[in-house]
Amino acid sequence: MSISTLAMNLSARVVPMQWQIKAAHLAQKTLDRIGLAPKVPEFVESPLPDVSTLAIEDIDVSNPFLWRQGLWGSYFKRLRDEQPVHFQKSSPFGPFWSVTRFDDILFVDKHHELFSAEPIITLGDQPAGLAIETFIAMDPPKHDKQRQAVQNVVAPKNLKEMESLIRQRTQEVLDSLPVDQPFDWVSSVSIELTARMLATLLDFPYEQRRKLVYWSDVAAASPETTGGEVERDEFFPVVAEVAKAFSQLWRDKAARQDAGEEPGFDIISLMLNNEDTKDLIHRPMEFLGNLALLIVGGNDTTRNSMTGGVLALNKFPQEFDKLKSNPALIPNMVSEIIRWQTPLAYMRRVAKVDVELNGQTIRKGDKVVMWYASGNRDERAIDNPDEFIIDRKGARNHLSFGFGVHRCMGNRLAEMQLRILWEELLERFERIEVQGEPEYVQSNFVRGYTRMMVKVSKKNRS
Amino acid sequence: MGRMTFIEHDGTRHEVEIEADKSLMQHAADNMVPGIDADCGGECACGTCHVIVDEQWFGKTGAINSNEKQMLEMTPEGAPTSRLACQIEVTDALDGLVVHLPEFQM
Ligand code: HEM
Ligand code: FES
Repeated sequence: MSISTLAMNLSARVVPMQWQIKAAHLAQKTLDRIGLAPKVPEFVESPLPDVSTLAIEDIDVSNPFLWRQGLWGSYFKRLRDEQPVHFQKSSPFGPFWSVTRFDDILFVDKHHELFSAEPIITLGDQPAGLAIETFIAMDPPKHDKQRQAVQNVVAPKNLKEMESLIRQRTQEVLDSLPVDQPFDWVSSVSIELTARMLATLLDFPYEQRRKLVYWSDVAAASPETTGGEVERDEFFPVVAEVAKAFSQLWRDKAARQDAGEEPGFDIISLMLNNEDTKDLIHRPMEFLGNLALLIVGGNDTTRNSMTGGVLALNKFPQEFDKLKSNPALIPNMVSEIIRWQTPLAYMRRVAKVDVELNGQTIRKGDKVVMWYASGNRDERAIDNPDEFIIDRKGARNHLSFGFGVHRCMGNRLAEMQLRILWEELLERFERIEVQGEPEYVQSNFVRGYTRMMVKVSKKNRS
Repeated sequence: MGRMTFIEHDGTRHEVEIEADKSLMQHAADNMVPGIDADCGGECACGTCHVIVDEQWFGKTGAINSNEKQMLEMTPEGAPTSRLACQIEVTDALDGLVVHLPEFQM
């Protein structure tokens, strides 16, 4: 734990969390002014070269425009074929190793005793002055304890309780869509549905649900972590706002419980009733980290799968016909969508010892990036990996949820949401046509869409 | 060769014949026993091949290493005789084995 985190924890009992974050922001600004703060990389988009023109050591897959410019496929194919464990010595995020083949990624993900998830799982480090702690970036045994405290919120049993609520909310959204005229799928469907789901999980005031989305977008998009577009002066105030809102949510829940109300199935009730987390409010960086993890984890990922699925079915129209004639393929298609999209491009680790991997020696302390997006297109592990095939055999054997102790905690929730969405879509619509090209997120981490215009036409009910 | 029985959560029974050099997970997969996803293909890295071994057989299924233990701790459906089927080596000594499938895989 850093000294500043310790100080925050000590003062958490007396000073509201959001003031502490404001203070951290001020301190940071001061350091900036006197030139002592770490430099924040600036990303300005320009057309990237064709990968065949580059020397292998100059290939830099941390570039946040690779995805938007549609070049990631060719860049990673070259790495997989020529140098599957690849070192880039001078990226804007510092030196790092890329692991790009399916089997090697599985190896790294499994071996948490060789590769640490601390202090953070994005390529770049956190904005200085704010050491948020979350279990996705903790090693065992601390990780295991914290995860066990909250995992029941997305356990299948709990999901079964939530299914009809999620379905009802999906139906409401779909029934309000304009028919036969273009609208933005990202905003009207993908964002709206994920916001509703997050509000349900957190028991967050329903009418304020879009805030959750905004916060999570900001949290995942700082330039120093992922090459995103959020400025530090936007970042800190948002963290302060989140801290305030979540502390209040926590205190309200605690007060209601003390007054004798039955605890709910939401995440805060679960935390309040678990020995390991019931005092979490007194450890602000951990408190914020765990709640932020749930909203960030459940936000971008599901949202972009909701958009990606529609896009994939437009690029592979024969698959849409297949789906309409056999809706029983939906669960398998959901796995295929999640593979094809790979909403999170990678997770980052740090080698704890020297490790030999596929002919290269990774040194203790080196950053190691597991590129799920590449492994999911590895011809060695997956047949015709660039094809979208809704009845693909072994569709569940993809890397998008990671493997090992950090394997995605929300995977069943994500699959359920997508399954319900497609069941309800097929009920209603004959066609879902993408209009023009979607717009892509600037990031080396989130493989997402900011806008995608579509037109839907109603099914003839006979 | 011997036989083993998988019992689904709703009571449906599936009898499978023992084949040499295959894990319990592979036996389930090759015989289309529903309810075992095996997302990682037997690498002890996903936890979706969870089974609950019949108590009297538990001692015969072999030792649980620390990786398996850790993955099992992450499933909320865990029971005292939980195992990951991909980590159970099947031999003739398991002739007659009975395992139960949990209601959900994580
Ligand atoms: C398609 C949707 C999703 C994808 C592709 C996805 C992907 C991932 C990945 C790659 C990891 C890290 C795995 C590793 O390091 O091996 C992860 C971890 C995690 N995800 Fe997801 N996720 C999705 C949906 C969700 C949802 C809906 C939630 C919760 C509401 C969620 C919560 C988490 C949490 C809490 C972790 C940390 C687990 C740990 O460190 O033990 N995710 N996810
Ligand atoms: S198949 Fe993944 S843990 Fe057994």
